[in-house]
Amino acid sequence: MSYGFLIDTTKCIGCRGCQVACKQAHDLPADRTGFRPIRTNPPDLTARTWSLIEFHEVTKTRERLVWRFVKRQCMHCLEPACASVCPVAALRKTAEGPVIYDAKRCIGCRYCMTACPFNVPRYQWDSATPLIGKCTMCAERLAEGEQPACAKACLTGAIKFGQREELLAEAHQRIAARPDRYVDHVYGEHEVGGTAVLYLSDVPFAAIGFPAALPLYPLPTKTWAVMSLVPAVAGGTAGLMTFAYLITRRQRGLERQRAARQEPAPVAVTTDDPPADPLEEVQG
Amino acid sequence: MSALTRPWRPQRPRVFLGFTMTPRVTAAFAVAGMILAIGAYASVVRFFRGLGASTNLNDLAPWGLWIGFDVMSGVALAAGGFVIAATVHIFHRERYEPLLRPAILTAFLGYLLVIFGLLYDIGQPWRIWHAIIYWNPHSVLFEVAWCVMTYTTVLALEFAPVVFERLRMPRPQRILRAISIPLIILGITLSTMHQSSLGSMFLIFPEKLSPLWYTPIFPVLFFTSAVAVGLAMVTVESLLSAKFMRRDAHMDLLNTVARATAVVLLIYAVIKVADVTIRGAWTALAPFEWTDLTWLLELGLTVLLPAALLLTPAVRASRGKLLATQALVVIGVIANRVNLAVPSLVAANRGSYFPSWMEFAITLALLTGGVVAFAFAAKHLPVFTGGHDRHEPSPHAVSGSG
Repeated sequence: MSYGFLIDTTKCIGCRGCQVACKQAHDLPADRTGFRPIRTNPPDLTARTWSLIEFHEVTKTRERLVWRFVKRQCMHCLEPACASVCPVAALRKTAEGPVIYDAKRCIGCRYCMTACPFNVPRYQWDSATPLIGKCTMCAERLAEGEQPACAKACLTGAIKFGQREELLAEAHQRIAARPDRYVDHVYGEHEVGGTAVLYLSDVPFAAIGFPAALPLYPLPTKTWAVMSLVPAVAGGTAGLMTFAYLITRRQRGLERQRAARQEPAPVAVTTDDPPADPLEEVQG
Repeated sequence: MSALTRPWRPQRPRVFLGFTMTPRVTAAFAVAGMILAIGAYASVVRFFRGLGASTNLNDLAPWGLWIGFDVMSGVALAAGGFVIAATVHIFHRERYEPLLRPAILTAFLGYLLVIFGLLYDIGQPWRIWHAIIYWNPHSVLFEVAWCVMTYTTVLALEFAPVVFERLRMPRPQRILRAISIPLIILGITLSTMHQSSLGSMFLIFPEKLSPLWYTPIFPVLFFTSAVAVGLAMVTVESLLSAKFMRRDAHMDLLNTVARATAVVLLIYAVIKVADVTIRGAWTALAPFEWTDLTWLLELGLTVLLPAALLLTPAVRASRGKLLATQALVVIGVIANRVNLAVPSLVAANRGSYFPSWMEFAITLALLTGGVVAFAFAAKHLPVFTGGHDRHEPSPHAVSGSG
């Protein structure tokens, strides 16, 4: 059992209370906001905005244009790509559910950023000592027996925090109870092997910014299939090279013997060869 | 006293760091100095104001020129070291010995440049050693980090005899000679591991790369192309030092190296085509996208074309044509690494990125530093001469015993 979120986008009114609560809980400075054609503000996740309400205009039926609000944050994958690629294990999936970040280990290589299928980890580009910033599921609040700040702040019950298994069952119950309302898909149930954050929606997920057609297997399995062969490849290469060395050395020895037997005059053998003492050459 | 009243003496050529300062050499030093000065300015911006101030990298384009070119391509281009070491000392093809020391030197400097490139690119360069104490055996990059650290050490030890030869210190030379074969086998093993693992780094992107490019055999492709580009780089470097340092180009050796390059390129092409066929990925060609174009361009222009040219005797006989063809192989592998690490991933994020002038300036400065270091080493160390008898018993001993 591990923790997760159930985010029901049909219940979100776009108040951004969770976004602000996250900033307060983690003492994160503000990002520049402004008027833009898209109303998401600030326009994207950053190293200092770990949780963000995205505003999507969706053509629900031919006549109706509706707003849908999507909370974006780390999905806390069950088998996270970011943690698997991190060379210093700065990112780690805990048994309780959160994917946490140990800033003291981080070398700043940004492999986690490229590996994440949801493009969540962000970088402190303006810092001379940059670190990664991303949602931690308020792991430190969980340790104190508290809910994550965003879930606690949510007015409408759009964000529900709890055990992932229970939330998943509840998500399917909600779909079963209102099949006319919901798309029959719990996003995060199977995507990249499952994520701790689960979503419900009444419009296609692709229309509200979710990456479509993600693999349903955990991404690190592709890497591990090859990485697990590394010791064998290393041992094989070393063994093969030792074998090749011994074989060709023997061949060379036999060739030389044959040459020596046919042409015993030592002058003929030595003319092509460089002087025996390497020091002689430097001086010469 | 003015110059006019000074009595005339035959002018001795001025010498700087062992280089005779002809106008051409002076100009070369001036250009190198300028590039290094601009690079130094960009370095100050990079280290004091951060990556945002110095690069065009952003959250949708976390990897750029330095990872694609300096690191990914740098490692591949340095593959000549282990390929020639294996040829000479493991497979006992001693006639390639004249190519060995320059190849080891190129590889050693290449890996130093890779490490310098990483120091610029990673956000916390003072923690570059962290993989030593913080382990993640699931991470390909963890393995690459270990291999690069240990292989750079191995290359230093493989090149050290050249330095000791110059310093006339026979004792350390003897010690290194005693461990040279295990050392070379270790170097080949480490190279095989991380050259292929650089390809494995792309296995985590199944949803980001196009079906034509994304393959479970990334490591095989990276290793094969590294061997090809290693041979190509040895040729390019040999022909260039022949031109600029008046060394023997060893055209007879480069001729067979060229044929070997062609064979490796053809193997690479066969693997690529077979891989796409077996995976049934040809269907990805419709709709035709730019990623498909890059795949076809690589295969046609920088794999099959140079392979065909290198199998043509007229190309192998001409220094200029051989240089151009092998340079094409080098460009092809650079394009392959850069394309996968940068534009492919940026496009998957729908981001945008083009390197800033400071990214180019630092890359250029690192390359210039490498070339200057190579020229300096070639001038002062027995890189192109000596060391022909390090590992083989002299023929006298064999004929005496046989």
